[in-house]
Amino acid sequence: MNLTLHVWRQKNAQDKGRMETYQAHDITPDMSFLEMLDVVNEELVAKGIEPIHFDHDCREGICGACSLVINGIPHGGKRGCTTCELRMRNFKDGDEIYVEPFRARAFPVVKDLMVNRSAFDRILQAGGFVSVNTGAVPDGNAVPIPKTDADRAMDAAACIGCGACVAACKNASAMLFVAAKVTHLAWLPQGKVERERRVKKMVAQMDKEGFGNCTNYYECEAVCPKNIRVEVIARMNREYLRALPKKIE
Amino acid sequence: MSTIGLEKPRSLPAEISYASVGKKVLMAVTGLVAFAYVLGHMLGNLQIFAGRERLNDYAEFLHSLGWLLWVIRVFLFAFFVIHVWKGIQLKLENWASRPQRYVKNNTVQASLSSRTMIWTGLAVLSFVVYHILHFTVRITNPQYQKMVDDLGRPDVYSMVITGYQNNLIAVVYIIAVGLVCYHLTHGIASMFQTVGLNNPRFQPVLDKIAWTLAVLIFLGFISIPLGVMFGILQLPGGGL
Ligand code: HEM
Ligand code: FES
Repeated sequence: MNLTLHVWRQKNAQDKGRMETYQAHDITPDMSFLEMLDVVNEELVAKGIEPIHFDHDCREGICGACSLVINGIPHGGKRGCTTCELRMRNFKDGDEIYVEPFRARAFPVVKDLMVNRSAFDRILQAGGFVSVNTGAVPDGNAVPIPKTDADRAMDAAACIGCGACVAACKNASAMLFVAAKVTHLAWLPQGKVERERRVKKMVAQMDKEGFGNCTNYYECEAVCPKNIRVEVIARMNREYLRALPKKIE
Repeated sequence: MSTIGLEKPRSLPAEISYASVGKKVLMAVTGLVAFAYVLGHMLGNLQIFAGRERLNDYAEFLHSLGWLLWVIRVFLFAFFVIHVWKGIQLKLENWASRPQRYVKNNTVQASLSSRTMIWTGLAVLSFVVYHILHFTVRITNPQYQKMVDDLGRPDVYSMVITGYQNNLIAVVYIIAVGLVCYHLTHGIASMFQTVGLNNPRFQPVLDKIAWTLAVLIFLGFISIPLGVMFGILQLPGGGL
């Protein structure tokens, strides 16, 4: 099939950027969206045009590197799917497709479709961890954990930190990401020890990075490639209320 | 590029009024109080269908609370101010969080009411100002100030009916109450999520509860202007 692409091109962080139109020729339905862009890039290179820059790594939906807002929806709108997993069979011959970078003040564009998501790393560094003393590996079953708690923690821990929640949120809020991290640790006995500190510090860092405030639109859960539910946000709000009167150092 | 961590931990008041999650808690608590007030106000007003005597008794009772009435008014006013102030602040910050908009915008599941909270809110704010000037301070229609019933009390019953006999006023009230209730279709469900009382099983139920309550409140309020327009509620003596 043949497609018309409208792609955001931006030389560097200082450049103003603009939409450019390209044609994608002879795309097969089983290609992934990124493979389709590879084909377009081959053609651009042959013509002496700078290829479209985009982030990717594993190309199997586990690393969280790929991004892109496709026709206004991060990862293209197929539930539970990253851009690298999105197949071209979801489009029709002759379709016009808009491809833009994730947009948020906290995610500045590096080049074309690549954005800097290190704000997420700083939020994790602020509290998204469990402090342990190093030493011998503890026995696997030394700390008993109810199965349902373990399952819930695992569901939240499925977050790959891609940032689609921020890109989809009309407020560019990072709540789904931060809540997934806060709750997956708060569900487990090891994580409970530092829970007050963690939620306060991570929320503070999130605010400092310039993400928006959650207003319960729930757009984030609709685009999350790992199907993380806004339930984690409710849980984090509860964690936060619990921590509110407590002093942390 | 920002650094990691805060220089020092935020104090409790700072958390509540500056942290994103804290501000939302303020919105939810003040929104809940406003919602409870709106519900109570609607139920109180419905007494108009029980006749002039009953409504004027109720009004007299409220005014007989004296200083307590003023405590309630000041308390409600403070909550309302916080709600409006934080609502506007949240919205301004949220706009600033995405300086560059998408060329192609799309919405998957966010409801229209959730996306228009600031506009329904600001419309409600201007209505509340008018409403207070109209029926509480009575300066838009000063003739209300002279209305008294047979016991010489302020005749709230006749005031309301005279008010709604003006079709323009009646329509403004119907639209305004519609906006309040539309604000509530998102608001009622949203405040549960904000204070952490939500899960995937409860959420669809919560949305239905929010819509049902909002529609009931809407019907309760508009029954009065509609009652006047259709002649079910009439001035004492039946005259105009
Ligand atoms: C009768 C008056 C009002 C009632 C009953 C009411 C009720 C509510 C409720 C229950 C919420 C949900 C809070 C949450 O999400 O946790 C809310 C949110 C909101 N209200 Fe109001 N409100 C009223 C008036 C106003 C006014 C005058 C404004 C003007 C600015 C306003 C602006 C907002 C905004 C912007 C939100 C969304 C905040 C957010 O979700 O983060 N409201 N309201
Ligand atoms: S490239 Fe790794 S998740 Fe898409």
